[in-house]
Amino acid sequence: MTATTTQTPVLQAKGLTKRYGRVTAIESGDLELYPGEILAVIGDNGAGKSSLIKALSGALVPDSGEIYLDGQRVHFRNPMEARDAGIETVYQTLAVSPGLDIADNLFLGREERKPGVLGSVFRMLDRGHMRSEAKRHMSELGIGTLQNIGQAVESLSGGQRQAVAVARSAAFGSKVVILDEPTAALGVKEGNRVLQLIRDVRDKGLPVILISHNMPHVFEVADRIHIQRLGRRATVITPKSHSMSEAVAIMTGAAEPPPPVA
Amino acid sequence: MTSESSTAVKEPEPTPDFDVDKHESIGLRIQHVLHGNPVLGPLAVLVVAIIAFSIVNTRFFSAPNLSLVLAQVTVIAVLGLGQTLIILTAGIDLSVGAVAVFSSILMANFATKLGVPGILALVLGLICGTAMGALNGFLVTRVKLPPFIVTLGTLTIFFSLNSVVSKSETVRGSDMPSLMTWTGTTIPIGGFRLTYGSLIMLLLFAYFFYALRSTAWGKHVYATGDDVESARLAGIRTSRVLFSVYTVAGLLYAVGGWILIGRLASASPNVGTDYNLDSITAVVLGGTSLFGGRGSVIGTLIGALIVGVFRNGLQLGGVEVVWQGFAIGLLVLVAVSLDQWIRKVKT
Repeated sequence: MTATTTQTPVLQAKGLTKRYGRVTAIESGDLELYPGEILAVIGDNGAGKSSLIKALSGALVPDSGEIYLDGQRVHFRNPMEARDAGIETVYQTLAVSPGLDIADNLFLGREERKPGVLGSVFRMLDRGHMRSEAKRHMSELGIGTLQNIGQAVESLSGGQRQAVAVARSAAFGSKVVILDEPTAALGVKEGNRVLQLIRDVRDKGLPVILISHNMPHVFEVADRIHIQRLGRRATVITPKSHSMSEAVAIMTGAAEPPPPVA
Repeated sequence: MTSESSTAVKEPEPTPDFDVDKHESIGLRIQHVLHGNPVLGPLAVLVVAIIAFSIVNTRFFSAPNLSLVLAQVTVIAVLGLGQTLIILTAGIDLSVGAVAVFSSILMANFATKLGVPGILALVLGLICGTAMGALNGFLVTRVKLPPFIVTLGTLTIFFSLNSVVSKSETVRGSDMPSLMTWTGTTIPIGGFRLTYGSLIMLLLFAYFFYALRSTAWGKHVYATGDDVESARLAGIRTSRVLFSVYTVAGLLYAVGGWILIGRLASASPNVGTDYNLDSITAVVLGGTSLFGGRGSVIGTLIGALIVGVFRNGLQLGGVEVVWQGFAIGLLVLVAVSLDQWIRKVKT
């Protein structure tokens, strides 16, 4: 176990709340993500896990509570600010543009221009550099040889698209990568490839928050498992300390949550 | 026997990549090629049409006639260029003709009734066209109305204002500063006469070809049209992209209005009602998808040329005007059907 209580969390949420009218989405939401770990977040529908994640990725502004990045208090008003701070999120919809090629998608919204007059006056993109960089990022995650970098994303399989989205977040995320249901739409084989990809991202040094409904995947890849229930953190367990059925029991309220492990 | 065949199976199979093409029918192969190069279809139509009309009437492929076709096509091509940008973002602009004609009327009236110097009248006219495009952009991005409704409304408003400002009077070219009609003057290239308007049109196409392919803005236009929510989540300010597209289109329409003055040697408030559909026709014939995200400005140039070549060729072939529209309409339906077929390509 890499995470210990003596370390400063990379990302920490304290007492986040979010209400929509009389509906409470998060009630004192807490979360700690430590360096070098994969933290899975599980919870039943309506447990507030997506609101919690949205608050961390800037897609939602909490009513109260605090978020710390590397011990510094941060306020995200939109996803761009979270991204600029080094938190990359891979949304369930992937946010890739099917008509553009892999390199274009990797650099979408962050294009690089040619140096000198060509870039400053004519705003010409440095396509060669972006392509070689894209190739490097893809191969860093062991997916470099999989396909031609100039191929349109629409011609890729679901798993390959996921790989492009994960590679993008790993390439630009400097602090944290958040993955929302990355294996939900995939077959067994492709799902396993993406799990390996998630481990590769962690081994690259980036801590990962993984939101998933898929218990076998969570137990296979997570270092710690954050269980969200009724708008708050029920507990944190590890795949070694508890079984899948115990986790589900805590998640649904059938079992008393044990004290958090870390 | 059996052991031999089993060892034969173990041989490494070639990776199933493009070898597959060998087993495909000619139709499928054409489908693949067109999927990869969507401009090839329209280009083939244009070439075949030019050859066919040249055979029917030898006058067709003469320098004076080809000069005429290009001059006739120029305004539609410029308007189609702006329309392409908007259609690439999955929008549509019905106000294109109104903006172009109203801009030309404003330029002409600034220069004549208000006595503003030519260059200033031109710049003011271009600013007004840009502002009309920006109004469309504002309504689409801020008020969040569908582009079809927005431009249907502004189409009516701009044509109405056009009648008010012009008092339904045509301003003659001879009454205007020469800069206004300069776009209609020609550069002789052998027997071919290229108008300055056509030259401007070609330069604009070259510029936007570059901007769409090689700048971040171009990538964002495609990404926004492809899937607006994905583009937004990827960090693209899609509202800003859309607003810029409508605004730039307004400027292009105003340039189209200026070229129109040169072409007609006058500024008339009563032209341009056909321009809306003609510009969309050019875009569609050029292979740009009405669903956004796919297409190119080169396609639109070819599409506009197809319209011009058909109109001119049918006329020279002695086909009555009323049947020309029929032919163009048929062409559009064929082009859209072809587009649907190409989209079904198996990858």
